[in-house]
Amino acid sequence: MANHSSSASESRFMQHHFVDADQQFDAAKMGMWIFLVTEILFFGGLFAAYVVYRLWYPELFTLASEELNTLWGGVNTVVLIGSSLTVAMAIKSAQLNQKKNIAINLGITLALAGVFMVIKYFEWTHKFHLGIFPGEFYSFEGIDHPKANIFFSLYYLMTGLHGIHVVIGMGLMAWLLWRSLKGHFNSEYYTPVEITGLYWHLVDIIWIFLFPLFYLID
Amino acid sequence: MDALNDLFLPPAKSTLASQTDTLFWFVHLSSLALTIGLIAVIVYFVYKYRRKSEDEVTPLITHNNKLEVTWSVIPLILVLIVFGWGYQVFMNQRVVPDDAYEVNVTAQKWIWQFQYENGARTTGELHVPAGRPIKLVMSSNDVIHSFFVPDYRLKQDVVPGRYTEMWFNAPDPGESIVYCTEYCGTDHSNMLANIIVHEQDDFENWLAENAGGASKPDDMPPAEWGKQIAQEYACSTCHSADGSQMVGPTWKGTFGSEEPLADGSTVTVDENYIRESILEPNAKVVEGYPAVMNTYQGQLNDEQINAIIEYIKTLK
Amino acid sequence: MDTAESSSTLNKIQVQRFKPDDNPDKHYLNEETGLWSWLTTVDHKKIGIMYLASITFFFFIGGLMALLVRTELWTPAKTFIEANTYNQLFTLHGAVMIFLFLVPSVPAALGNFILPLQLGAKDVAFPRLNLLSYYLYLAGSFIAVYAIFSGGIDTGWTFYTPYSSSTGGAVTTMTFGVFVIGFSSILTGVNFITTIHKMRAPGLTWDKLPLFCWGLYATSIIQILATPVLAITLALVAMERILGIGIFDPALGGDPVLYQHFFWFYSHPAVYIMIVPGFGVVSEIISTFSKKHIFGYWAIALSSLAIAFIGFLVWGHHMFVSGQATLASMVFSFLTFLVGIPTGIKMFNWTATLYKGSIKLASPLLYIFGFFFLFLVGGLTGIVLGSIALDVHLHDTYYVVAHFHFVMVGGMVMAFLAGLHYWWPKITGKMYNETMAKIACGIIFVGFNVTFLPQFVMGSQGMPRRYFNYIEQFQPFHQVSTIGSYILGLGFLMVFYYLVKSIYRGKQAPANPWGSRALEWQISAMPPLHNFHHTPVIINGPYDYHKPMEEFQLGLAESGNGHGHDVEVTKEGEDLSAE
Repeated sequence: MANHSSSASESRFMQHHFVDADQQFDAAKMGMWIFLVTEILFFGGLFAAYVVYRLWYPELFTLASEELNTLWGGVNTVVLIGSSLTVAMAIKSAQLNQKKNIAINLGITLALAGVFMVIKYFEWTHKFHLGIFPGEFYSFEGIDHPKANIFFSLYYLMTGLHGIHVVIGMGLMAWLLWRSLKGHFNSEYYTPVEITGLYWHLVDIIWIFLFPLFYLID
Repeated sequence: MDALNDLFLPPAKSTLASQTDTLFWFVHLSSLALTIGLIAVIVYFVYKYRRKSEDEVTPLITHNNKLEVTWSVIPLILVLIVFGWGYQVFMNQRVVPDDAYEVNVTAQKWIWQFQYENGARTTGELHVPAGRPIKLVMSSNDVIHSFFVPDYRLKQDVVPGRYTEMWFNAPDPGESIVYCTEYCGTDHSNMLANIIVHEQDDFENWLAENAGGASKPDDMPPAEWGKQIAQEYACSTCHSADGSQMVGPTWKGTFGSEEPLADGSTVTVDENYIRESILEPNAKVVEGYPAVMNTYQGQLNDEQINAIIEYIKTLK
Repeated sequence: MDTAESSSTLNKIQVQRFKPDDNPDKHYLNEETGLWSWLTTVDHKKIGIMYLASITFFFFIGGLMALLVRTELWTPAKTFIEANTYNQLFTLHGAVMIFLFLVPSVPAALGNFILPLQLGAKDVAFPRLNLLSYYLYLAGSFIAVYAIFSGGIDTGWTFYTPYSSSTGGAVTTMTFGVFVIGFSSILTGVNFITTIHKMRAPGLTWDKLPLFCWGLYATSIIQILATPVLAITLALVAMERILGIGIFDPALGGDPVLYQHFFWFYSHPAVYIMIVPGFGVVSEIISTFSKKHIFGYWAIALSSLAIAFIGFLVWGHHMFVSGQATLASMVFSFLTFLVGIPTGIKMFNWTATLYKGSIKLASPLLYIFGFFFLFLVGGLTGIVLGSIALDVHLHDTYYVVAHFHFVMVGGMVMAFLAGLHYWWPKITGKMYNETMAKIACGIIFVGFNVTFLPQFVMGSQGMPRRYFNYIEQFQPFHQVSTIGSYILGLGFLMVFYYLVKSIYRGKQAPANPWGSRALEWQISAMPPLHNFHHTPVIINGPYDYHKPMEEFQLGLAESGNGHGHDVEVTKEGEDLSAE
């Protein structure tokens, strides 16, 4: 935990109903942790559906998984892990009061998230091109299994929901970047960077589960 | 007690119903005793310890472990009895005797259909022999329905895409009502059936008469038979014969007319169109009506379809 | 979580007594005025009032639908509306009452107002998030109302697939509305848990936390763990309708029963979202009006948590006849009975609290006794339904309808009304007409029983729920039930009338009309804008009626915040240290 001390700079972003900056920082952090628990359960529903269908149609998952491009999935995994690292570095920079480095690290994070989404975009459009659509629009002939649509419904839902989280994260990163350029963050006050970082790690961890569950089945 | 039993519970017409009833009364009477006891204590306290002056000081009683353990353990034992008992009766309801006579049940909006081993089919009426275990193998053609026979204290959901089972043994001839208890749309509350329990010999006769599915009684004109089928298969819950507006288009005056379709084209209602609409209802849907009808492929034979067409022709 | 602070050294802090003014000139409603001050407020009290107004509105909408449904059931066939209209009405009655009224009722309306006051905090941890929760609720409600007018929904509030994915109407819009309201509920849960952990006044340790806070804490845990699963489930239903993903559709390889598992994984705990905060209200009121220490504080507090946790493991008892495995049914039935135990413990503890008390039968307590009887019946019939063999007979009949109305209306609505009457002087600064309150309570109690007791009988006889037509045998029961529903409606209207009237014509309320020891009563009748002018310091439990009132009105004598210190209090040279 950061060592906050009473100083002029903390009063600027301190809200009236907290007794001190420590309480505000602790509360924000705890609130984010609780929110992350709800996020896990939110994805948990989809993971449960995944488990059920994988138990029912194990051979389908092996077959259909081959349609996914492990190389690009792997690249995306590396990209996201990298972005998690840069977010952690942004927080470290804040603790060390290196204001410029906060902005640089946030900028890199934002760029890596962008790379992730671009790769995702090409993966999806390639599949659409082949006729691999979710559910009843599925028209791909290349997988010899009557329920192939189910696998891809789950694939699109789970990577799609994850993608939405990445986009939201990018919005938050852009906002943090803007604020850091205005010099709002320093070693006394960096709560938004810290809690957005927590969120970003979760987005990363969810991908780390999604990647083997869809790409690496054999 | 009998009068009370009749007020609360329908007649018990299966071999297992009385087991459910005994448990029903055990739980309710012990609950009643608990309720009366607790309410009496509360009323007594409220009277005895009513506030007499505003400065009253109450004694500090924070907890009492002995008392709290007591009133946790006793209810625990009671509910465990109820649990074990309920589970035991449930197992009796689930384990089907080996010699059970099997009938297939198909549910679809909003009819119950029954198929017997020799090809006999009925709609809205389940015929069974008395004193013999009957096993129902059930499936749905559209949404989830539920087969509920209050007289037997039995209920089982009927799910599309899988088979569910249920068994009973009705010792005496008679009739019992069947409800659909899983909400399934407009005519959910009309999705009823009757179970008709015959003496063993009567049942054999009935079964033999109906072997191989329905065929037209010799002395009946086709149109009249068609009307009968339309009611049996619940066509008339969606299609009126008098021009009134229901879920589907009315049959009155429809034969030979030009109907606009949902895709903008039109169709002339003739024998082919009616036949197609029965077997592939969503191929050509009349404009302004929802595409909710299910296929009757495999449920109505050609002779029956022809009879329905003859019947529609008479509705001018 | 409090590692760094609580390790700091034990400081002695100086306290003094802050006796509240009854009706000071300035309070939270007149310090900032105008419409804009309401729409942009981050004050938990104003947000609580906005919730209160909204849920009252939706309660009457939902109630009107209930009356239409009951009127239609006057005769066995069509009385005055079509089957499809009837199906939409009961669906909307359920959806409006559950998602727009019951779930936010005690937590979001009363909880928002009272929780920070009981904790001695100036606001909840995240005031802006709190306002966002309210607007999400409002947006979700508008979407839901829009769904009603843009095609309606006839799926039942449970949205069972494959019916919900194949029927017409605005199901997608409705699920989206509920999804948004779900987020509001999640954010409120996040806010309350953080608030209870981080915003407690000096000296307010976990063993001195009012039981209403414990109730809200347990509720919030359920909200954050269960609601996201509902959100994703409803999103899947919407996807099913838009894209035909087939997860729940047997025609595409999916499983409709999986939907039921998902749905009840949320919706059974949601039942506890609707009742556990009510338990908190009961504990507060029982103790206050018998002027006595609550009996078995820890038993009541922990049983709320126990209910919250076990409540997550019993969802399968809604599915005994769905075709799930027999073994699963057995396990779910067993766990269901275990939930009954902590609930029973609460009932006994409340009763024991009355023993040797100084009981004043004021209207809030009268409502609580209404709660006692109705909830007892609701709970015990829950035991009946938990028993598998009996559930096979009673499932989806009017017996179930009566059971959950006894729990939710008889239990939660009574507890909500009790809480509303109890805290009304704190919220509005006015006293309502006590005689009318008692009469209304009696009317509601009678009307409720006339409405729902016959439904137990019908249900046992086999009358299925959600039926537009029924066989004639059931008509007398339905008619009695319908008459009861009118009486019930009259009772609720009466409550509305005298409460609203009291705002304009009521007597000024004193700061602490009931002589309670709880912290929210130790400030002026209408709280100041930021709740406390001083930093309150707590040395006694909220139910320590054996100690004098002045020991409950302490605050820091000097500036500084006192947070992060173990409290050892000295007052006028004498040592009042908390242990």
